[in-house]
Amino acid sequence: MPVVDPAAADGVFSLLWLVIALPALGAAVLLLGGRRTDAWGHLLGVATVAGSFVLSLVAFVGLLGRGADDRAFTQHLYTWIEAGGFRVEASLLYDPLSALFLLLITGVGALIHLYSVGYMAHDPRRRRFFAYLNLFVAAMLVLVLADDYVVLFLGWEGVGLASYLLIGFWQHKPSAAVAAKKAFVVNRVGDLGMALGIMLMFATFGSTAFAEVSRVATEATDGVLTALGLLLLLAACGKSAQVPLQSWLLDAMEGPTPVSALIHAATMVTAGVYLVVRSNFIYENAPVAQTAVVVVGAVTLLWGAVIGCAKDDIKKALAGSTMSQIGYMMLAAGLGVAGYAFAIFHLLTHGFFKANMFLGAGSVMHGMDDDVDMRHYGALQKAMPVTFLTFAMGYLAIIGFPGFSGFWSKDKIIEAGFEDNLVAGLAALLGAGITAFYMTRLMLMTFFGEKRWEKGVHPHESPKVMTVPLIVLAALSVLGGVMLLGDWIVGFLAPVVGEAEHHTPAVPPIVMTLVVVAVVAVGVATAWLLVGRREVPRTAPQRVSVFTRAARADLYGDAINEALFMRPGDRFVGDLVTFDNAGVDGAVNGTAAAFGGMSGRMRRWQNGFVRSYALSVLVGALVVLVAMLAVNLA
Amino acid sequence: MIGFWLLAPVMVAAALGILFTRKAVHAALLLAVVMIGLAVMYALQDAPFLFAVQIIVYTGAILMLFLFVLMLVGVDASDSVVETIKGQRLMATVVGLLFGAVLVVGVAQVTVGAVTGLDEANAEGNVPALAQLLFSTYVFAFEATSALLITAAIGAMVLAHRERLTPKVGQAERAAQRMRDYVDHGKHLGPLPSPGVYARHNAVDTPALLPDGSAAETSVSRTLTARGTVRSAPALADDVTVLSRQIGHDGRRDGESGTTGNGRDREPGDQA
Amino acid sequence: MSETPFIVLSAILFTIGCVGVLTRRNAIVVFMCVELMLNASNLALITFARVHGNLDGQVAAFFVMVVAAAEVVVGLAIIMTIFRTRRSASVDDASLLKY
Repeated sequence: MPVVDPAAADGVFSLLWLVIALPALGAAVLLLGGRRTDAWGHLLGVATVAGSFVLSLVAFVGLLGRGADDRAFTQHLYTWIEAGGFRVEASLLYDPLSALFLLLITGVGALIHLYSVGYMAHDPRRRRFFAYLNLFVAAMLVLVLADDYVVLFLGWEGVGLASYLLIGFWQHKPSAAVAAKKAFVVNRVGDLGMALGIMLMFATFGSTAFAEVSRVATEATDGVLTALGLLLLLAACGKSAQVPLQSWLLDAMEGPTPVSALIHAATMVTAGVYLVVRSNFIYENAPVAQTAVVVVGAVTLLWGAVIGCAKDDIKKALAGSTMSQIGYMMLAAGLGVAGYAFAIFHLLTHGFFKANMFLGAGSVMHGMDDDVDMRHYGALQKAMPVTFLTFAMGYLAIIGFPGFSGFWSKDKIIEAGFEDNLVAGLAALLGAGITAFYMTRLMLMTFFGEKRWEKGVHPHESPKVMTVPLIVLAALSVLGGVMLLGDWIVGFLAPVVGEAEHHTPAVPPIVMTLVVVAVVAVGVATAWLLVGRREVPRTAPQRVSVFTRAARADLYGDAINEALFMRPGDRFVGDLVTFDNAGVDGAVNGTAAAFGGMSGRMRRWQNGFVRSYALSVLVGALVVLVAMLAVNLA
Repeated sequence: MIGFWLLAPVMVAAALGILFTRKAVHAALLLAVVMIGLAVMYALQDAPFLFAVQIIVYTGAILMLFLFVLMLVGVDASDSVVETIKGQRLMATVVGLLFGAVLVVGVAQVTVGAVTGLDEANAEGNVPALAQLLFSTYVFAFEATSALLITAAIGAMVLAHRERLTPKVGQAERAAQRMRDYVDHGKHLGPLPSPGVYARHNAVDTPALLPDGSAAETSVSRTLTARGTVRSAPALADDVTVLSRQIGHDGRRDGESGTTGNGRDREPGDQA
Repeated sequence: MSETPFIVLSAILFTIGCVGVLTRRNAIVVFMCVELMLNASNLALITFARVHGNLDGQVAAFFVMVVAAAEVVVGLAIIMTIFRTRRSASVDDASLLKY
């Protein structure tokens, strides 16, 4: 198992801090500058992220030119916290894993910023939107560049904040405000796991730095390592919308579509996967936690896929798909050394094609007057040819059409799953079939079939500023698979996550691939039979099977949360309030009333007549006298 | 001890008198009695210096100050012995009696052993011995009292001083004001009526009679009215009847003789 | 010559002073009663000085007199000022301190 042992950054790598500083500066300028920056705020937002991307690219190229053993650099900025034995250095860690994330975040981020210029063109608060987006990018970069769990936690909370602000960006809509709050609250549950994990780490190892923890990880007992793994998994579940903390992601689609693309598809929701992969030195020593990661991944990939099948809201269908795809990554990450690289590989390709599809969905909505109901779409391939073509690239990638990026990454995960254990493999295989089904359904309902448009809606192609990012992302969706050429990505990430020893799989890879393609074909065919050949009703049919109903209700995720946590919590809080009102307040108010009444009575003594006061003085003197005499004579 | 037993009842009686007399001047005089009694008590107990100080400072200075202030303040309703605070007198009496009883019982219980007497301490005379103490042990307290006295003197001056807020009213202004009052309110322009002069009294406390036989209230001082020493006109008329009967004249002629100033020696006790 | 009668006399005079303060309404008479109480305590001081055979008690009584003199000066000035502004020397009229 590799140990994080970075060298001090020099040359081009000493500019790492600038990668974070640029978008952070952008956010600060846009937020503090106020209305003065309205005119050019969006341009600054794009420029800062683009600048970060250029820097990331330069650093990445620099990394490529180095040997496998010196591909990790650390840049010490300053000592953040120093309290007794506790010391947190604000340092940046740049290694192959961070490098890939940097490219993804700044690259896809820059494209989405560019797209947002067009998408948010008519929003009066566009400058603020870009400020939040920049803030998000900065926080996400802190998250992936951190070399200490506490610094990582800073970025972790930062992206949570940005996510909250952006989901609730249209806060005048109650649904958006509620969705933002829900995301925030559910994320808090995960963050609790993170915080506890960090505390446990410090209590066990005396440090929270990756380097130190990875060096001494093996010295801890199995119980502690398992607990650490589970706590970090809880954190990952919260951030990555994995079962059981999955419920917020679908509601998060209330945010503007670029937000859904950047935060809730390509980058932030994959932070959980990053955390698990980054913490490989813990999971490798905690088999139980690793198994839990696999279970969570498998359950979520099916859960999200099933939800995706029943949603008529194009963004929610895509959100279900996101959940499912992150389930794949989790599953891969839980497989250990054999899967880490593939998890990251799928994460990258998913970042490309899912961002592509979300932006495509945004483009469709843009043309359909912000209608999100797929039952009101249909036959859009003529009206929006660019959107259709780019979306189709994403579609082919996600279902794993041979040759497209998703094909390579998903195939590898399914393979690795079968090698590890049959159930995980079957779940992944089944997931691939369902993915093919719901994505085909989405394609058919949106771009093919009859026009079911609302009256007065005239779909049109989006402006260049939106279609150019779509085209770039579509190209990436198609070509993302090149990273696997000669197992490049496996070798590239090996210094961070280790490399599995090669052994001949039980089933030849080619057979496996054929099986997967067959399953995908079955999914596509089923969708064609159920959706493509039939008339799509403009309103969702109500007489549906119990499974459809369950899937429409997000598999009762919210209902479970409400029954298990919210209602008992409500009751408990209600009882507390009753107790507080009757018991505590009663006692306090009663005391106050008693004293008030007493004071009212005693106030009569305070009549202002000096002779009355003198009388009370005399009474006091008498009491003192009697007391003294009593003491003396007793 | 004979001196004590002679004086003590007088002092207690005088002190009780302070509680019950209606007039503040009487209270001051009774207090003087108590003070002088106390001075004698001091003398009895080998304190000749304090005896002198008590007489000079208390009876001579402080009580005179009281009397001055009494004269300045004059008489008002506060001299009334009617209690205005409900239950105050009863409570004061009860608590006072209790306090006194406990105090007396308490001090009577105390036994301090044999009385040492001051013969030894006063061997070189009381005043030198006191001076010795005052200028050695108590010198700082003594110096502090000097500061206290100066502060008190300045304080009294500050309190008694009144800044003139309006220009001084001179004779011309007063005359103008009277004319204005006459014009605006029809107030009598001339001087106030003089008191009735019947040659039987000190006259200033007797109101003049108006033509209809009623008393002119403005003819006597307000202070005398408040003190209740003013005789009313009908009561005066009674006097005239009595007097005329005594000298065997009819009422009409007697009225004339009454104004001549005779009969002062036969003044009836009319102090209320 | 026993000391008890003197002490008892002192106590009686003190009590009478107390009751006077409580019952009289004329501020000047109230003030006189305060003086009476001070004098009563002086008597006790001088008596105890004789009992103990040293002059400290007499010195204390002397100081009491000095302080009483100062107090009378200031007190009477205050009474005068109040009388000048309120036309009353009654202690009951100055009852606004309750607010």
